[in-house]
Amino acid sequence: MAAITLSHVVKKYGDGYPAVNDVSLDIEDGEFVILVGPSGCGKSTLLRMVVGLEDITDGEIAIDGDVVNEKAPRDRKLAMVFQNYALYPHLSVFENIAFPLRLEKGRFSDEEIRERVERAADTLELREHLDRKPANLSGGQRQRVAMGRAIVRDARAFLFDEPLSNLDAKLRGQMRTEISRMQRRLGTTTLYVTHDQTEAMTLGDRVAVLKKGVLQQAASPRALYEQPVNLFVAGFIGSPPMNFLPGEVDGDTLRLPLADVPLSPELRERIGDRGLVIVGLRPEHLEDVDTFDEGGREGGVTFEADVDVVEWLGADLYAYVPFETHEEVAQTLEELDRDLDGEGMRTQLVAALGAESRVRDGDVAELWFDPARLMVFDPETGENLTYDEEAARRADEESVEERRRATERAQRRAARAEERAAGTGDHASAGGGRHTAA
Amino acid sequence: MSARGKLWWWLGGLAIVLYCLFPVAWIVSLSLKAPSDLDNGSFLPSAVTWQNYQLILTGSASELFLPALRNSVGICLIATAIAVVLASLCAYAVARLDFPGKAFVLGLSLAVSMFPVISIVTPLFNIWRSIGLYDTWAGLVIPYLSITLPLSIWTLTAFFREIPWEMEQAAQVDGATTAQAFRKVIVPLAGPGVATTAIIAFFLAWNDFVYGISLTSTEAARPVPAALAFFTGASQFEEPTGAISAAAVIVTIPVVILVLLFQRQIVAGLTQGAVKG
Repeated sequence: MAAITLSHVVKKYGDGYPAVNDVSLDIEDGEFVILVGPSGCGKSTLLRMVVGLEDITDGEIAIDGDVVNEKAPRDRKLAMVFQNYALYPHLSVFENIAFPLRLEKGRFSDEEIRERVERAADTLELREHLDRKPANLSGGQRQRVAMGRAIVRDARAFLFDEPLSNLDAKLRGQMRTEISRMQRRLGTTTLYVTHDQTEAMTLGDRVAVLKKGVLQQAASPRALYEQPVNLFVAGFIGSPPMNFLPGEVDGDTLRLPLADVPLSPELRERIGDRGLVIVGLRPEHLEDVDTFDEGGREGGVTFEADVDVVEWLGADLYAYVPFETHEEVAQTLEELDRDLDGEGMRTQLVAALGAESRVRDGDVAELWFDPARLMVFDPETGENLTYDEEAARRADEESVEERRRATERAQRRAARAEERAAGTGDHASAGGGRHTAA
Repeated sequence: MSARGKLWWWLGGLAIVLYCLFPVAWIVSLSLKAPSDLDNGSFLPSAVTWQNYQLILTGSASELFLPALRNSVGICLIATAIAVVLASLCAYAVARLDFPGKAFVLGLSLAVSMFPVISIVTPLFNIWRSIGLYDTWAGLVIPYLSITLPLSIWTLTAFFREIPWEMEQAAQVDGATTAQAFRKVIVPLAGPGVATTAIIAFFLAWNDFVYGISLTSTEAARPVPAALAFFTGASQFEEPTGAISAAAVIVTIPVVILVLLFQRQIVAGLTQGAVKG
C-alpha cells in the first residue's frame, strides 16, 4: 500500500518531443486512479515511468515519500499487468503466478508459495487451470493469470496498462467489474491506463485526462462529466460525445444554428465581451417534446430539427441532426475532433432520446433542452466559461466518501468470507492436497 | 478437401520424398556392395557385405578415416559453439537495442556470407602457412566461423525479435534482476531458436569441402569431406567407391540423429500463446 506522487514529470524522447509534459498528480494510498486520453497522449509512457521501464527526463516520482527516479523496477515493488499480459509461455499457470514469489529468494517456503498461489487462483477462479500452459488458455483466462501474478505478492501498488483492450466486449464488462471488486477488497493503490472512457468512468475514484502529454484535469468521474475544465475534456468524456455548436452572442440572446437561447445575467457576465463562443450540449440533455407528459415542461428551449438519421439501440434512440457550423469556430472544432481521434466528418448534432420517442429518419422533430445545462467555451483557448469550481470540489468530495465506504464494505465482506472459509479450512486444504497429487 | 485433392497431395508428397531419398538410398546400397559387385548393373547389391565399413573403421582406410572423423567432429563443434555464443550476443543487441550502424552490422554479415569461398581460399592458404595456422584445428575453425557466424546472426536475430520485449520487462517488474530476467525468461524462450541455429551452423561447417581440402595436408586437421578424396582402392585397379559411400553414410548419421533429436524444438513455436491471440 502506498501513495504515489508525480511532480512535474517530463519525458522527452530523442527528437526532443515531450511525450509527457510537466505532469503533477498525487495518488493517495488505496486510491484507484485512471489515466485516460486518446492514443499518443502519453498515458502509457507515464505509467511505464512510474513502474521504472522508462527513464524520467525531468521531475520526480515518489512512492510513499521515497523518490524512485533512479530505482530499478524490481526495487519499486509495484505489480503491473501488461496490455498483452506478457505471460511466460514456458511456465505453467501455477509457475507464472508463483514467479514473483520465487524471485524473492528464501522469503517463502514452497508450502507458502503454494498457499499464496492457490489463494490468488481461487480469487480469480483459476484453480482448475493451474497446471495448464498459457498457450492453452482463452483470452479472459490469460488476463486473469496476469492479474494473479500481480496480486500474489504484497505489491505496493497495481499498475494496469490497458488490460482489457484485447478482450471482446462482453468479457471486458465482466473483467471490469472483477477488477473493481478486487481493488475494493484489497484496498491497494491502483493506477490504470485506458483509452476507453467507459472503463475510466466506471472504475476510477479519480480520472486524469491527458492530451499530448499534458494533464488537462484530474477529478472524480462526476466532476469531469459535469464540470469539465475545457473543450477537450468535455469532448472526451461522455458517450455519445458532447455536441459543440457555434454560439453568436446577440445582446441577451445566444444564437445557435438550431435555436436561440436567452442568456442568464450570470452567463452574460462570464461570456464578457466575446461575440462568438462554442456551446456544448450533451446528447442526453436533449429530449423529444412528443414524449413529454401532458402539460410539457416549464421553461427550457424548444426547437424544430430535421432528423437525418436515427439509430435505435433498445434503451436509447440517437437522432442525428446536421447543421451548418460557423466558419470562425469550424477550425477549432475540427482540430478538437482530430485530438479526440475523430475523422473530422460532417457537423451534426446528436440527441440521445428515450427509446419511447417516435422520431424516425427524415422526420422533423421538436426537441427540448434546459439552457442551464449548456456549457460555454472560449473559442480560442477552449476554456470552459461555465466551470463551477465549487460544484467540482463537491463532486470530488462525494467521490472520496463513496470510495471510503465501498472499500470498507468490501473488506468487511471479505473478512466474513474468510471466517466462513476458516470454518471449513480442513476441507479446503484437503482439496489443495488433491490438486498437487493430480 | 475432396478425396481427389487428397490423392494429388499424396502423390506429390511421395514424388518429393522419392526424389530426396533416392540419392541417399543409392549411397547406402553402394556402401553395401563388394568392390567386384559395383558394376552389377542393378540398384541393389547382389550380396550384402559389410566389408566397406570394416575397411574404413578397422581396415587399411581407418588410418585415413578415423582421425578425419575426429577432426570433423571437433572442429565443427568448436566452430558452432563459438559462432552461437558470439551470434547470440550480437543478435540480442541487434534485436533489442537501437544503435547507429545496426543495419550496417546485418548488411556486413550478409555480405560476408555471400562472398565466394573459393576466392578467399588462396590468400588464406598463404597467410595460414606464414603464421603457422596451416593444417591446424584453429586454421579451420576461423574460416568456418566466417560461414557460420553470418547465418547464426541472421537466424538468431529473427528468433530474438519474436520474443516479446514485455516478457523481460514483466520479469523485471516482478522483481528480477537483468541477469535473472535473461536466465529465467529469455534463455528458455530463446532455447529452440538457439538449438536450431546451432544445428544449421553445425551442418554448414560439417559439409565444407573447399577449406578442408585447401588448408590441411595431414591427418592433424583434415576433415572427413576432404579425407574422402584421398581414399584409394585396395589396388590401383580397384575403385574406392564402396569405401567412400560407406564413409558418406557414416558422416550422414550424426546429421540425421541431430535432426531427429531436435525436430520438436525446431518446429515448436514456444512463444505461441505468450501474448494475445
